[in-house]
Amino acid sequence: MRPFVYEQPTDISAAVALASNFTTRDDQPTRANAQFIAGGTNLADYMKLGVAEPNRLLDLNRLEEQKLRQIRVTEDGIRFGALVRMGEAADHREIKERYPVIAESLHLAASGQIRNMASLAGNVLQRTRCEYFRETSWACNKRMPGSGCAAMDGFNRQHAVLGGSTACIATYHGDFAQALIALDAVVLTEGSRGARKIPFAKLHRQPGDTPHIETDLAADEIITAIEVPALPWGRRSLYLKIRDRESYAFALASAAVALDLDGETVREARIALGGVATVPWRASAAEEVLQGKKLDDASAGAAADAAFAEAQPRQHNAFKIELGKRTLVRALLETRDMKV
Amino acid sequence: MDAAAPRPKENQGEPLPRVDARLKVTGQAHYPADLPAASIAYGALATSSIARGKVTKLRLDDARAVPGVLDIVTYGDMDKIDKPKFGNSSATSIGPLHDRTIFHDGQIIALAVAETFEAAEEAAQLIRAEYEEDKPTASFDSPGTKTVAAAGKSPMFKEDVKAGDFDAAFAAAAVKIDQRYSTPTQHHNPIELFSTTAYWQGDQLVVHEPSQNVTGWKVELARQLKMDPANVRIVSPFIGGAFGSKGPMTPRTAIVAVAAKRLGRPVRCVTSRMQAFGTQTYRAETRHRIRIGAGKDGRITAFAHEGWEVTSRPDLYVVGGTSATGRMYGYGSVLTHVSLVQADRNTPGYMRSPPETPYVYALENAMDEMAVALGMDPVEFRRINEPKTEPIGKKPFSSRSLIQCYDQAAEAFGWARRDPKIGAMRDGEWLIGMGCATAIYPTAVAPCAARVRLTVDGDVRLQCGSHEIGTGVRTVAGQMASERLGVAIDKISVEMGDSSLPPAPVSGGSISTASVCSAVLKACDAIRTKLFAAATAEGGPLAGSHNEEFDLADGKIVAKSGASAKVENVLKAMQVGAIEEYAEFAPKGATPEALKKLYAGTPEFHGGEQDEDSVKYAFGAEFVEVRINRYTREIRVPRIVGAFAAGRIMNTRTARSQLMGGMIWGIGQALHEATEVDRRYARYVNRDLQDYLVPVNADIKDLQVILVPEIDHAVNPAGVKGLGELGNVGTAAAVASAVFHATGKRIRDLPIRIEQLLV
Repeated sequence: MRPFVYEQPTDISAAVALASNFTTRDDQPTRANAQFIAGGTNLADYMKLGVAEPNRLLDLNRLEEQKLRQIRVTEDGIRFGALVRMGEAADHREIKERYPVIAESLHLAASGQIRNMASLAGNVLQRTRCEYFRETSWACNKRMPGSGCAAMDGFNRQHAVLGGSTACIATYHGDFAQALIALDAVVLTEGSRGARKIPFAKLHRQPGDTPHIETDLAADEIITAIEVPALPWGRRSLYLKIRDRESYAFALASAAVALDLDGETVREARIALGGVATVPWRASAAEEVLQGKKLDDASAGAAADAAFAEAQPRQHNAFKIELGKRTLVRALLETRDMKV
Repeated sequence: MDAAAPRPKENQGEPLPRVDARLKVTGQAHYPADLPAASIAYGALATSSIARGKVTKLRLDDARAVPGVLDIVTYGDMDKIDKPKFGNSSATSIGPLHDRTIFHDGQIIALAVAETFEAAEEAAQLIRAEYEEDKPTASFDSPGTKTVAAAGKSPMFKEDVKAGDFDAAFAAAAVKIDQRYSTPTQHHNPIELFSTTAYWQGDQLVVHEPSQNVTGWKVELARQLKMDPANVRIVSPFIGGAFGSKGPMTPRTAIVAVAAKRLGRPVRCVTSRMQAFGTQTYRAETRHRIRIGAGKDGRITAFAHEGWEVTSRPDLYVVGGTSATGRMYGYGSVLTHVSLVQADRNTPGYMRSPPETPYVYALENAMDEMAVALGMDPVEFRRINEPKTEPIGKKPFSSRSLIQCYDQAAEAFGWARRDPKIGAMRDGEWLIGMGCATAIYPTAVAPCAARVRLTVDGDVRLQCGSHEIGTGVRTVAGQMASERLGVAIDKISVEMGDSSLPPAPVSGGSISTASVCSAVLKACDAIRTKLFAAATAEGGPLAGSHNEEFDLADGKIVAKSGASAKVENVLKAMQVGAIEEYAEFAPKGATPEALKKLYAGTPEFHGGEQDEDSVKYAFGAEFVEVRINRYTREIRVPRIVGAFAAGRIMNTRTARSQLMGGMIWGIGQALHEATEVDRRYARYVNRDLQDYLVPVNADIKDLQVILVPEIDHAVNPAGVKGLGELGNVGTAAAVASAVFHATGKRIRDLPIRIEQLLV
């Protein structure tokens, strides 16, 4: 691990100012000299491995703005402060009742210890766990642009079948982000160029030719809150996560589903898929298939086929297409059958 | 009663809590990397990123420029010492800094030493190697492998066992199967990382390192460093998980010792988890072909087991599990053959039940297939083939309680409720499958020395150079002394894990409890003899009672007649403050050199199939229930029951703990564990616990261990069969059997994963 300067700004504007001092307009947040740290469950790990090499860490845990640590659930929806810990949000009573998909996506992620440390904003910005990205002796276009992708023809069982490119197929492993993208969440930021509201669906970038550009954020921009608009029928929602073991493992495939039903007919469906894509993945095509249809095995299957119509398998991850479809079918039917 | 402390049955000892339990849970147990050393410097390894070729240039400037860097040990710096010699005490013959040839991924290319751990690590990361790279051979089916017959290549594997005319019997069999099975690469991943701390006191070298073999290491390290073994001391009081990985010494130990000598101060090197995959040993991948032929009555007439095992280029490491599988049942004829397949890989090594885990997995999966082919209940199929004598040498088993294990486990599991029809058992969206398999492990014992001192205050000090790798050997050794000397366990202190103590054999092959307890028994009995003689001597407190039987209890010598005398008073009468006995135990059949070899760190093993009078094995039967989701096919094991018989159980608590840990590991082997090899580069890919999966608490629900009473006086004086490596044998086959029962899919390649059930 390389030595670094550690600073603890005490308010958002000080943090932004510090970041602006030590970064440039073109710096990627994950490659900049100065980087923000909150829970540290991802960044500290990657610093030890030599994958992330900031020489200045700006710790956000001392920011005095209390709204950063608050969860507000109102008739307009939810507002999560960026520094709320995953565990707090997962255990929040109203969220569990009114938006189970959010609570479950958090509860099924990581371990209790990590959930108690990791911040919500840090969680949505977590970086891929691709084995070839994590270890610096492999070629990786995301870690070292232009060096190639060792995963493409290597051991790629965990890798993405949706949203990949010839440069990168690293999976976005997060769970919470799938609930957020399904529920049309918005990310609030502050930076040297002012405050922004970014639709969650625009926050992450597919790898394309530039897999090292992972988000829409500037290096001196801080997420301050995540807002989820009210969804009156959000009680009929769930997060289904399929993995090799019962806990503490990344999804091989997951589905975030919310349904507005009229009897057995779908008025509106919200669907996102995890474990199978390079970024948080809204399955709009699947939603459209279901709209106005009776939800049964056949229509759920048709929606799953639509969700994976563009899937591109590699040698070891082809099973994720079939698994992803079955996960979505099961999630849709279980959501339909929920007693709300 | 507490489930963790089963009530002892016949021939089973009390479930005393571990003597070091409090130390461990309060963080007071000091593991080797915790032991203090003054003005310590820190080392970090740099390792190769190719698997085959040569290091043409090593750029050290950036590393040397890191503030706090003290030294870099690399090519040329080890020339004055000898290369490791592959064997029980040494993991490999590769001296990584002796020449620039790269034999495998992750081979040590340098050790950076600095004032802080962080600086050492940074420097190691900045060491840049340039290579002349050759195309490496990764594994089976890769171009460039070399296949050799295993028999005779290792002292542990002398021959391919056979009996009768397999070909004729197989050709004539009414029902037969011919199938192939495989097991993946696995790494031990003990939670305690690998580390070496070395310091010199004049000519004396002290090494703190987690070790299962302090005596063997002392001798091998002295050989490498061209020293008198008397000047080398290995200290390893507690080990945080070993599983065989800390059995053989790796080249790192000598490199750190050289670094400490160059600097004239202690050097500590803790290997990262990623680096452990290439610098330590592992369980190599195996392949199997099994043929079984039987009559319609279910009696096996022909059994053939061929095995293939990956090893490194320089070292022919063999596991050769056909020795056990060839003796498991009453086959009419047996044919076996084991081959080694050499590739550009680090040398594999012992990993919990090295031969039995892969080979019995293949056998037991095949047995289940055969039962299906015969239309027979798998338990009944095994009952029918229960042998009177083992099929190879026709020797009797010293004891064999396999059927009792099946009966008791089946009863507890509720096997009778199983509907044998495929896919017939369901719970809502979940398919239920039930399966079973046999566990077997050879019962061996080795020479061992121990020193026991009984003081006038009634305290006992027990010293033995064995190793507390988490099995509870300190506790059971203390229990043996407590029983023989009539002293409460809390008056006994047990010292282990130091090569300056009386030598014990390597803690491998499940021999420790039998060997250590036999030596402690001998030392205690010598103390008893002295006490009884003094007590009955003229003027002694029990003078005159010559033909009496005596025992020791509660600090007293007690005669059968009821007369008694305080041990304290006997010692006072002897005018001594303590009696101390140094005992050397050598098992029946030991050669005249057996004790010499113990001190030389190359102990003889006796037992298993080697003895003249009988073959010696411990057995068990495991039953599992799997649940598989109808849609998404994830596999869970909510229930597992194992029944095991292993002679005298010294302590039902520690025995259960060992067997439980084994069964959980077996579930991991069935469903989770695999080191992935990138076949293009012969490199390990998932080199950490994020991607190398093992079961977590949530995976293990209802687990039951049954200790079946068994008495066996033939195995060793303590009557103990080792069980540390019994619980994880067969488990994976039981899971495969249950998966077949639930889905009709026969999975022959481990681990069993979701993708195999989606097609």
